[in-house]
Amino acid sequence: MPPNQGNRTHGWMGIHRGHRARPLEWIAERGIFLVALSTILMIFLIFVFVGREAMPILFGQENSALIKPVIPPEEMDRLKPEELQAYLGLSDKAFRQMERETLRELMIVKQEAQEEIPEQLRNDPDAHLNTTEWSAMLLPRQWSGYDEPVYIWQPIGSIHKYNIVPLIIGSLKVTLVGLLVAVPLAVGAAIYVSQLARPRVREVVKPVIEMLSGIPSVVIGFFALLVMASVLQSVFGYQTRLNAFVAGIALSFAVIPLVFSIAEDALTSVPRSYTQAALALGASRWQTAWQIVLPTALPGVFAAVVLGFGRAIGETMIVLMVCSASVVSWSIFDSARTITTTIAAEMAEAVAGGHHYRILFMLGAILFAVTFISNLIGDVVIHRLKHRLEGKR
Amino acid sequence: MNPIPPTGMIIPTEPGRHFRAGKFDFWSFFFSGLTGLATLLILAILAVLLGNIIINGWPNLSWHFVSTIPRKDFFDPATTGVLPMIIGTTIRVFVMTIFVLPIGVITAIYLTEYAPTDSMLTRIIRAAVNNLAGVPSIVFGLFGLGFFINFIGRNLDEFLQNPGPVWGQPAVLWASLTLAVMTLPVVIVATEESLKAIPLGLREASLALGATKLETICKVVLPQALPGIMTGGILAVSRAAGEVAPILFTGVAYYMASLPSKLSDQFMDLGYHVFVLSTQSPDIERTRPILYATVLVLLLLTFALNFVAILIRARVRKKLRALG
Repeated sequence: MPPNQGNRTHGWMGIHRGHRARPLEWIAERGIFLVALSTILMIFLIFVFVGREAMPILFGQENSALIKPVIPPEEMDRLKPEELQAYLGLSDKAFRQMERETLRELMIVKQEAQEEIPEQLRNDPDAHLNTTEWSAMLLPRQWSGYDEPVYIWQPIGSIHKYNIVPLIIGSLKVTLVGLLVAVPLAVGAAIYVSQLARPRVREVVKPVIEMLSGIPSVVIGFFALLVMASVLQSVFGYQTRLNAFVAGIALSFAVIPLVFSIAEDALTSVPRSYTQAALALGASRWQTAWQIVLPTALPGVFAAVVLGFGRAIGETMIVLMVCSASVVSWSIFDSARTITTTIAAEMAEAVAGGHHYRILFMLGAILFAVTFISNLIGDVVIHRLKHRLEGKR
Repeated sequence: MNPIPPTGMIIPTEPGRHFRAGKFDFWSFFFSGLTGLATLLILAILAVLLGNIIINGWPNLSWHFVSTIPRKDFFDPATTGVLPMIIGTTIRVFVMTIFVLPIGVITAIYLTEYAPTDSMLTRIIRAAVNNLAGVPSIVFGLFGLGFFINFIGRNLDEFLQNPGPVWGQPAVLWASLTLAVMTLPVVIVATEESLKAIPLGLREASLALGATKLETICKVVLPQALPGIMTGGILAVSRAAGEVAPILFTGVAYYMASLPSKLSDQFMDLGYHVFVLSTQSPDIERTRPILYATVLVLLLLTFALNFVAILIRARVRKKLRALG
């Protein structure tokens, strides 16, 4: 416990050894305090600046329809300045700096651009649809040329289709496979290392497993792509070589060390007296681990799984390298495009400030929200567990 | 079936060992074996992964490869090299360290030495640290793009009245700052751990001799915590060196003819190069040797650092256990 009680004396005019007697020290301490707030500031800034770019999409202010109603330049004066600004899609600053003539030019350009759209597209109902509406992003739609309503993510061509359901399914699919592989292995290893292994074995095995977390994800992705994909295909004999299954297994390599170290930590924090009591009553090491230690530390193991979920759903490079085709399918032996890979692969092509750019930021905001919540849950659960175990000790 | 130990036998001192002498229980044996197997499997994964890379990468690693600046077509095994990538990765990690170490260490000092233990604010700071550690790396990339480049960079350009975008585009500085935000929790947690491990008696002795709290921290606590802080720094460096997602939009370049010379330049990067070589090669069989060699260089960079950090940490833990 840090020595932070009882050393703040409230003397008069600094006769006692205290803060007021040393203004420099007081300033330094304030400075330290302010720097310590930086982590809160960072979380706040991430919220604000990822959210800021996604805002127009979240509140439905963006209109990506190809064909929009045209206002002839002659009617310029009948518009209010705000309406004109929104019509031309200008920022506040650019709008204020522009001359009246330039604005008029822009209106003419806009009108001409609309007139140049080919007749064929003009009659297509899809061209009038704002594809960034929530209904277009979440519900299936029968696009022209399709026989039935489909979920489709296709941000290229004349009409960009931004349905995010395939991406969410892809993320969940890959994450699920990753967790199904990682959790049993990592929790099993945590039980073994913390409860059953001899101290000497533990001292070697624990750092070695933690070393796995030091492997960059791009290296795991490389390994999955070049080595694992072919091996797994020849073992399981499925069609697509690069699929969600391979990605999930590769993902588990990144999740295992995290789940392991949190679960191991929770298991070791169970007081010695519990295990000693159980052993004294004649339970075997395994019975003690399974019936006494694991139930006590179960919240910690749960937290490990939740945090592992956050890590898995946010992993980018591994999945990006292994599979990236967006298909709607719950089969793990099909390819999958996750939220993270979509952002990573498409951000380079997206025009800053455009719909595509904003949608990618919105995906990032969703991802941030999901991991934020899972981190918070994991954090609270661990905190409570530690509190309870230490209180009982 | 173990016989009951005869009286007078020396009981082994290892805790719990002597309780094994009970009845043989098949299910206990089975499940213990299963968890042991899980452990072995994880170790095997690590061994296969590292073994595969070392066996295939080592023969292709040469001084020429490490010290050559490649031409635009870096998929050709004969003329390619990774010098600009090594330099780019080193620069971005170095700049990151300059930012992350002071902030991380000071935050850790606040949390261990000053923060009231159960106040709401302390808990919020701790939650923020934990949460920051769990933010996906791609979100950091978006943050770097939205905050550093599009907000700070563009406004800086306007303020300096640059004719074209100088700061409002991907650059080493922005990539480094993004990574600094990402690795902040690593430094904080490692430093905090080493500060907590320093016995209270040392601080009390210093205070009793008349030193102020700040003097105690600077002259007594911090020197003791130095190995731990170093560990934190190394862990942050090794984590950052291998990360690709946060720099995708904030500074990395597919190819650059010259090495970066200013903080506003873009750079080539080892991890990104691994990604490019393995996904965009026109002939994967031909690039395989250089791909393995590049991965090995990256692993040597990140992994060696990690290993050093683990060694220092183990040594410090042992020393401190002896102290306190």
